[in-house]
Amino acid sequence: MAKTNSVFKKAVMAVSGIIMVLYLIAHVVGNLKAFSGREAFNSYSGWIRTVGNPAVPGETTLWIIRIVLLVAVVAHVWAAVSLWRQAKRARPEGYVTKKSAAQSYASRTMRWGGVIVLAFIIFHILDLTLGTVNAEGFDSTPYDRLVASFSNPVVTAFYAISVILLGMHLRHGIWSATQTLGQSNRRRETTVNLFALGFATVLTLGFLLVPFSVLFNIID
Amino acid sequence: MTLTQDGAHSSVDAPAQKRGMNLTLRIWRQKDPSVKGKMVTYKVTDISPDMSFLEMLDVLNEQLIMQGDDPVAFDHDCREGICGMCGVMINGEAHGPQQTTTCQLHMRSFKDGDKIDIEPWRASPFPVIKDLAVDRRAFDRIIQAGGYISVPTGTAPEAHATPVPKKDSDAAFDAATCIGCGACVAACPNASSMLFTAAKVTHLGLLPQGQPERDDRVVNMIAQQDLEGFGGCTNIGECSHACPKGISMETISRLNHDLLGALRAGARPKS
Repeated sequence: MAKTNSVFKKAVMAVSGIIMVLYLIAHVVGNLKAFSGREAFNSYSGWIRTVGNPAVPGETTLWIIRIVLLVAVVAHVWAAVSLWRQAKRARPEGYVTKKSAAQSYASRTMRWGGVIVLAFIIFHILDLTLGTVNAEGFDSTPYDRLVASFSNPVVTAFYAISVILLGMHLRHGIWSATQTLGQSNRRRETTVNLFALGFATVLTLGFLLVPFSVLFNIID
Repeated sequence: MTLTQDGAHSSVDAPAQKRGMNLTLRIWRQKDPSVKGKMVTYKVTDISPDMSFLEMLDVLNEQLIMQGDDPVAFDHDCREGICGMCGVMINGEAHGPQQTTTCQLHMRSFKDGDKIDIEPWRASPFPVIKDLAVDRRAFDRIIQAGGYISVPTGTAPEAHATPVPKKDSDAAFDAATCIGCGACVAACPNASSMLFTAAKVTHLGLLPQGQPERDDRVVNMIAQQDLEGFGGCTNIGECSHACPKGISMETISRLNHDLLGALRAGARPKS
């Protein structure tokens, strides 16, 4: 009981969310390597697989990161689904008329936006990491897969929608995590919200830069 | 131009004095908890802008009684905005368009010809008793779970014996203005009672008298809140916006802080 109360679940969401956000910062920085050209991008991709060598063998570091992220995703989704169901049970019959006065648009997209982002992540891994759904196939270089993928406007559009939803998820998520972990107060409220908005905007733009550069042949 | 002339001018101009408003009300009617309810349309005429919202409902009920119909059941007590008994959803907003209680909402907030939807608070821990009246005893049980301090009765202690910093006492008093009306639950998209519980945790947790039970209080109150079937908090802020006492979101952060600290310190709910 103690460990399954609603606030504890929210704390699980907050902490797993922070882990994923830290990964996203590293991810966007890596993406921008695409502007340094094919060689730089591919060798960066190779470096990710050999970080820590020779102290640790092969892809050890990468797999540790992957496992931590997988645990974070599973925990985040478990807490979200559980709280979603709790909220549904708490109001089985809705209002005939309901106005929202304080709810931000971002906060309204948390649940379905999260589901779409999760679906995108699965596609994204199949496309660019494993290459199974990529036109260049699994035995291509990361740079070729990147270009092949985002030359397709449909893929770029799906990417853009997902990344924008992710940005909105973070805009509310960062504020919400601050509250959940008990780090907010009246004085900090505005700052936290402005930071969340600024961070989400910069991260989203950072992610959008590469696919659109490919689409418009700035990267080819 | 003098103030008097101004005043005289405006009172001549104001057409509000001669007649009242005609309104169309759509009210949730539900005979008892076991049957399904529905919205029923009523008309009221000649409503004075100076009436409170509840007085407007009184006018409707007199009309219904005269016609031999069942009057609309709604909760109310002090009608001074301090007891927390009244509270309905008015056009989709808890307590209506002003940040106050339903009894302190006046008909001047509406205009002639308005259509007003009136519904009960909707949350499974607040079952409808009849029409607009809901059972809010779930709040009492949350209080029983920890919203108190255990002190021996007897002579009041010397007030200066326990100093309280001004900042803390102000914040505690702000939280203590919560009247438990349930608007936070009603307005919350998750039907969470977090703002209510957070107000109590803040109010007692900031004062020296609240310290001995601080960890157990927050853990037990949250356990009870979940047990009652309220939703979880997603920090959206509808609650604070709807709260007639303006309890801030800061209280929720404080509750979370206390709860996580209490869990780390090994506090566990009673059962």
